[in-house]
Amino acid sequence: MDLRLTEDQLQFKKMFAGFCTKEIRPKGEEIDQGEAPPVDLLNKAVDQGFWAALVPESMDGAGLDTYTYTLMLEELARADMSTAFTFNVHNSLVVKPLLDFGKPDQKDRYLPALAFGDRLGAFALGEAGAGSDINALQATAEKKDGGYVLNGTKTWVFNGQLAGLFLVFARAEAGITAFLVEKETPGLEVGYREKTLGLRGVACNTLYLDNAFVPAENRLCEEGQGFALLPAATNLSRLGVAALSLGASERAIEEAVKFSMEHIQFGVPIAQKQAIQNYIADAKVLAEALRCVVTETAWLADTGQDYALQSSVAKLFGARVAAEVTDNMVQVHGGYGYMKDYAIERYYRDARALAIVDGTNQIQQHLIARDVYKKEGMDIRP
Amino acid sequence: MDFSFPKEYQLFRRMVRDFAEAEVKPLAKAIDAEHRVPHETVKKAAALGLMGVPFPQKYGGMGGGETGYCIMMEELGKVCTSTATVIGAHTGIAAMSIHLDGTEEQKQKYLVPLASGKAIGAFGLTEAQAGSDAAAITTTAVRDGDYFRINGAKVFITNGDIADIITVMAVTDPSLGAYGGITAFLVETGWPGFSIGSLENKMGIRGSSTAECVFENVRVPKENVLGQFGAGFLTFMKSLDVGRASLGAACLGGAIAVLEGCTQWARVREQFGVPIATKQSVNFMLADMYTEIEALRSLIYRTAWLIDTHQPHVMEAAACKLFGSEVASRCIDKAVQVHGVLGLSRDYWVERAWRDARIAEIFEGTNEIQRIVIAANLFRPYGLRIPT
Repeated sequence: MDLRLTEDQLQFKKMFAGFCTKEIRPKGEEIDQGEAPPVDLLNKAVDQGFWAALVPESMDGAGLDTYTYTLMLEELARADMSTAFTFNVHNSLVVKPLLDFGKPDQKDRYLPALAFGDRLGAFALGEAGAGSDINALQATAEKKDGGYVLNGTKTWVFNGQLAGLFLVFARAEAGITAFLVEKETPGLEVGYREKTLGLRGVACNTLYLDNAFVPAENRLCEEGQGFALLPAATNLSRLGVAALSLGASERAIEEAVKFSMEHIQFGVPIAQKQAIQNYIADAKVLAEALRCVVTETAWLADTGQDYALQSSVAKLFGARVAAEVTDNMVQVHGGYGYMKDYAIERYYRDARALAIVDGTNQIQQHLIARDVYKKEGMDIRP
Repeated sequence: MDFSFPKEYQLFRRMVRDFAEAEVKPLAKAIDAEHRVPHETVKKAAALGLMGVPFPQKYGGMGGGETGYCIMMEELGKVCTSTATVIGAHTGIAAMSIHLDGTEEQKQKYLVPLASGKAIGAFGLTEAQAGSDAAAITTTAVRDGDYFRINGAKVFITNGDIADIITVMAVTDPSLGAYGGITAFLVETGWPGFSIGSLENKMGIRGSSTAECVFENVRVPKENVLGQFGAGFLTFMKSLDVGRASLGAACLGGAIAVLEGCTQWARVREQFGVPIATKQSVNFMLADMYTEIEALRSLIYRTAWLIDTHQPHVMEAAACKLFGSEVASRCIDKAVQVHGVLGLSRDYWVERAWRDARIAEIFEGTNEIQRIVIAANLFRPYGLRIPT
C-alpha cells in the first residue's frame, strides 16, 4: 500500500487548486444568485484541461487517471459546486461512454469538440415517469432512412441549454438504445429550465424530441444495448459525486472554522466552546472517512477492477456526509449561516441535490443490498 | 387526565384553519418568490383577532392563552412559515414581553394596539456580537432628565422594518452586568433617531423581513422602561421562554403538513409499476415522521398547559423549541427525498418548506442555547452551575 500522490498527481492538484481558488471561488456567489451558468468560466477552463480531463494524451487530452480526476472534481467543488457538477456530467456521463464505446469515426467527430470547448455534453436519460425506475422510459427511436427518428420528452437534462452534444436514451425496436444527438438537430428543442433549490448555476432543462432525425452512425451502441453502456458512465459519475461531496464538506468545514475563530460570544471565540469543537471534529471525521472511500474507489477503477459496488457506496456515503457536514456547519454559523452573504448558506443548498441526482440514496441502498444478496445467491428487486 | 381539547378550542382551530387555507396558503409561494411581507394577510388576521390570541380580552386580545396561541401557530405553520414568523415574532415575543412585565398604563398604550393588530411589534435583542451571548449587548440607554437616550444597533430583527413598536434591551449600567445593568424599553419606531439599516437576504422565511435597527440618540420617556429598571435581561428571557413553546407549535404544523403532502405524493407517484408508497424505503420514512410528530404534539400541548396553569415551564419550553425544530427539519428533509428531483424544484412547495424549516434550529436561541438552558436546569437543584 502506498497512498502517496505521485509527482504528476501532486502537480495537477496544485495547478487545479490554484486555478479554482483564483478564478472560480470568487464567482460562486454570483453564479448562485444570478442563476447564470458560468459560461465564461467554462471557456477559461478549456486551457486547464477540465473539458479534456479523461481524453487520452494521444488525442491531446489531459489523460487523467481516475484518482486525479477525483482530485480535480474535489478542488472544483471546493470552489463552486455548480461548476464542479457541470464538469462531472460532461466528463463522466458523456465523454466517458464515448471513449469506452464510441467507434473510431464517432470519436474523431466528437471528442475534439468535447475536449476543447466547442461542445459541452449533456446526458438525457430520465423522464417524468422514469426516475428511479429507469426501465420505464418512453422515448422512442424509430428506424427510418438510414437513421432513427427520435420522439419523447426528457426531464432534468443536466447541462441542457449549454450543451452541444446530447447523449440520448430511447426505445428502439430491439430495446433501449443510446444516441449522440447534436444540438442543431431539427426537432430537438431545449425547453424549460428548472428553478432549483441549489446548484443554481447548473443548467437543468427539459428536452423535447419531436421527430428528431439521427443518422445511424450516431448510434453509440448496438440497438437495444443502451443500458450496457450505462455502468461505465454511472460508476464514474457516482464516484464523481462522491468527490464533489468531499469538496463541499471540506469547504464547509473551512468556512465554519474561519467563522468560529472570528465570532466572539461569552467573551471568547466560539471555537473555544465544546459544542462547536464537537461539530468540527465530527465533520472532519466524516470528511476523512469519505476521502478514504473516494481514494480506494478511484484506485479500483485505475487498476481495472470492478468498482460498481464501491461507486454506490462512495456516492451514498458522500451524499450523506455532505448533507450532515454542511447542515452542522450552518449551525456553527448561527443566524449568519441562514444569510446569503455567507458561502455556507449556498453549500447547504447545493449539497442537498447530491442525495438525489445520479441515483437517489435509496437506489444506491438497493444496489448495495442487491450486491450483498447476490453473493449469497439471492436476487432482490427494488 | 384528559387529552381532548375543549369545544371552544376546537372551534377556534377550525376558524384559524379556514383562514389559513383561504388567505395564507395561496400567498405562500408568491411572498417567498417576491421576498415580501404579506401585509394584506396581517390586516385580515388582525380583523379576526389573530394578532393577539394569547392575551386577555381586556387588553384587546382573544383570551386564548398559550394553548390557543399554539393552536394558531400550528395551523399557520402548516401553510406558511413566513406568515407564522411575522405573526409569531409580533405576538410571541414582542407583545408577550409587555403582557408579562408591562405596567397597566403600558398595556393600555401598547399591548392594546398590538393585540388588536392596529400596531405591529418587534423584539430588539440581538446584536452583531450578541447572539447566543445575549448579555454581551453594547446598545446603551443613558439617563437624560425624564428621558433615556438609546444608542446602538440591533441585527436580525424580525419585523424590524414593519414594526410600530419595538421592545429594546439596552445597557443602563455597564458595571452591573446582565442582572442589574440591562434594562428593557418600549420604543416607538416613529421617534426621531430610529432608522433601518440593511435588510437581510435569507435562505428561507423570505416572506418575513429581517432588519437591522439603528438607534441614534433615540429619546425614550422614563415611563417606557419595561419591567424593573435593571431587570431587562430577565424580562427578555421570560418572553423567550414562552415564545419557545409556540415556535415548537409552528414546527409541529410544518411537520404535519409535510407528512400529509408526502402521503398524497407517495400514493400517486408510481415507479417500478407500483405506487412508491408500497416501498419500505419510502413508507418507513413516513412512519418515522408520524412517530416524531405525535411525540412533538404531546410535548407542545403539555407545555402550553403548564404555561396556562402558571407552572414551571422553562425546560419544557426549551425542549419544545429544540425537539420541534429538529423534528420539522428531519420531516422536510425526508420529504425532499420522497419527492426525488421534484423536491429540488422551486416550482413545488417542498423546496420552500425545506429552506423555511432550517431557521427554527437557529433563531429564538439556537438549539445549542436550548441545550444549555436544559442542562443548566438539570444541575441547578444540585447547586452546580453550568457555564455557558
